[in-house]
Amino acid sequence: MDDASQKHDISELIEPRHHRAEIVFGVASFAIALFLLTQIGGQTTWIEGQPWTKQPAFWPVVSIAGMTVFGTLELWFSWRRNASGRGDSIAGEVFEWARAIEYAIWFMAYVFVVPVAGYLPVTLAFCAALTWRLGYRDWRIIVAAMATGAATVILFKAFLSVRIPGGAVYEYLPAALRNFMILYL
Amino acid sequence: MTAGMETLAASLAIISRLDVIVALLIGSVGGVIIGAIPGVGPAIAIAILLPATFSLDPIVGLTLLLGIYGSAMFGGAIPAVLINTPGTPVNALTTYDGYPMTQRGEAPRALSLAYGASFFGGVFSVLCLMALAPVLARIAPLFGSREIFLACVLGMTLVVIAHRGQAMAAGALLCFGIFLQTIGLEPVRFTQRFTFDQTWLTSGVNLIVVVLGLFALSQAFALLAGKDDTPVPPKFAGGLFRGLHEVFRFPKIAFPAAGFGTIMGIIPGVGEFTAQFLSYTLAQKISPNPERFGRGAPEGIIASEAANNAVPAAAMIPLLALGIPGEALTAMMLSVFYVHNVIPGPNLFRDQMDFIMALYLCLLILNVLALAFLMMATKPLLKVIAIPNRFLGMAILTLSFVGVYSLRNSATDCLIAACFGLLGLVLKRLNLPIVPIILGIVLGGIAENKFRTSLPRIHSPVDWVNRPIAAIIFAIIVVVLAAHVWSLLRTRGREKAHV
Repeated sequence: MDDASQKHDISELIEPRHHRAEIVFGVASFAIALFLLTQIGGQTTWIEGQPWTKQPAFWPVVSIAGMTVFGTLELWFSWRRNASGRGDSIAGEVFEWARAIEYAIWFMAYVFVVPVAGYLPVTLAFCAALTWRLGYRDWRIIVAAMATGAATVILFKAFLSVRIPGGAVYEYLPAALRNFMILYL
Repeated sequence: MTAGMETLAASLAIISRLDVIVALLIGSVGGVIIGAIPGVGPAIAIAILLPATFSLDPIVGLTLLLGIYGSAMFGGAIPAVLINTPGTPVNALTTYDGYPMTQRGEAPRALSLAYGASFFGGVFSVLCLMALAPVLARIAPLFGSREIFLACVLGMTLVVIAHRGQAMAAGALLCFGIFLQTIGLEPVRFTQRFTFDQTWLTSGVNLIVVVLGLFALSQAFALLAGKDDTPVPPKFAGGLFRGLHEVFRFPKIAFPAAGFGTIMGIIPGVGEFTAQFLSYTLAQKISPNPERFGRGAPEGIIASEAANNAVPAAAMIPLLALGIPGEALTAMMLSVFYVHNVIPGPNLFRDQMDFIMALYLCLLILNVLALAFLMMATKPLLKVIAIPNRFLGMAILTLSFVGVYSLRNSATDCLIAACFGLLGLVLKRLNLPIVPIILGIVLGGIAENKFRTSLPRIHSPVDWVNRPIAAIIFAIIVVVLAAHVWSLLRTRGREKAHV
């Protein structure tokens, strides 16, 4: 069917369709709420002589009670939806979530290396390496990635003076260059 | 000179400062560009820029962020019309009629209709805001602690029920947000709450870290783990001015659309999608050619774009008048106020009306700047649409580092942000809302504070609602909940009747 003649259902805008893997979210919400519920006594302090509305635990209890009620209902409705029909694969969807963990590891590696090797050098290396990992082999894309990294460093550290410390290796640079690198790059 | 003129003169003096002008220009132009890149959007840009604005003057930082917020939807119409992919999520409805027009060879007309409608919606909403300012200045001081507490409860209620079909998930996420803000030292007795003997949890969970994780890192992960689209924008020739005038040929569509956007923007927790749904449905009902909707109807583009662009200015009303953000972007802006010790709310209206007026004028000017930029730069902007998704993911990941790490130079913050990034990715893939978490953190904090400060004057439950404004807000909460339950029962009855 031609796109122009396709009829849309605008109710999808305010009521998106459900995925079968929502049950994983339902189970997790319910389990986390139950765990937090068991921790209220140990993780909050009871002040003698104070009414319950003035207790430090009041708001955590309100929020955890809400999580438990909504989490239970979310689990119930997800289970009912899944029981009444077939559809997307839950395992396939969970695998897609797991694939993203690799990039969280890339991010954390970047975080740990910057204070050691310096913001500019690490950013250039990070952009080039990640672009390579993503499968780009065209040198123009890799140069563009490094230029993006360099522009980010210059804009934020040199111009906007955001607080990112100089790398430990900068200490080995000649004094004039070291100060410049620590302040701006 | 009257007090009103003095305020206007003082606000003009504020916005004529060079740093404010530069921020307005960068924000408006940058917002359009960001909006035109599918997969970025204003929430990510604002989240990333937020820590950088903390070192700027409040008016400069807010102008920059407002520029991005107010102009991104202008740019978002470009890919929506040309390649059937919304630049920002709220441009999705524009694809319904914009892309079919492009397929018919009417891309310039569709784009200019979108620009004209966006401009109309934005200006309409700012003018409403300016007209309402004296009224707000009189009403806002009537809001004491219990009224603000009840307004927070209303906001939370609306956030949950506005997510039709997802209310349970939205409720669980909202309560999770409220729980997150209770972690750390509580503010009265300084006892620890849910710190699990971890020192890094003593200071609580930072809102900016959560925001960056949920919006920026989640999108970076989604793009990096996804595939590249290689959209080829169609070539188009012809002027962009025709549709600008055409918007005024449909006043019965444009005015209600902008009105819906303004009203839905003011109401906390509702936002663009509901405004667009209402305005599109109404436009279809009153159009002599309802069958054309979804197949390239100019009225459809006007209904969508005028409604969504009226929301940003209107969303500033609860933030400025009461200090209550109604959605994620104004929640982020609230932190800019707090960092500079400017507390939005009734006192701001009483003491700094020139500052408020300056913000309104900036909102007005940014619409003009965004429109002017688009009229000149639409063709060059087509190039940004073609940036590969995964390359964008890499750029967002690099930028997110600046946002999170520059806050406190803490690797722990980055780890927390990465975890929220993964949570955000899961929620996005499941079509579940992220905004309730942010509003839970912000509204939960305000509600707890106002609840405590109200308690000395509360001797019985009736005391919560024994003042006129408090009673009205409480009545609205009851009516909204009753209407929601009634709507659910009616839908269920219909479903049973069909079976």
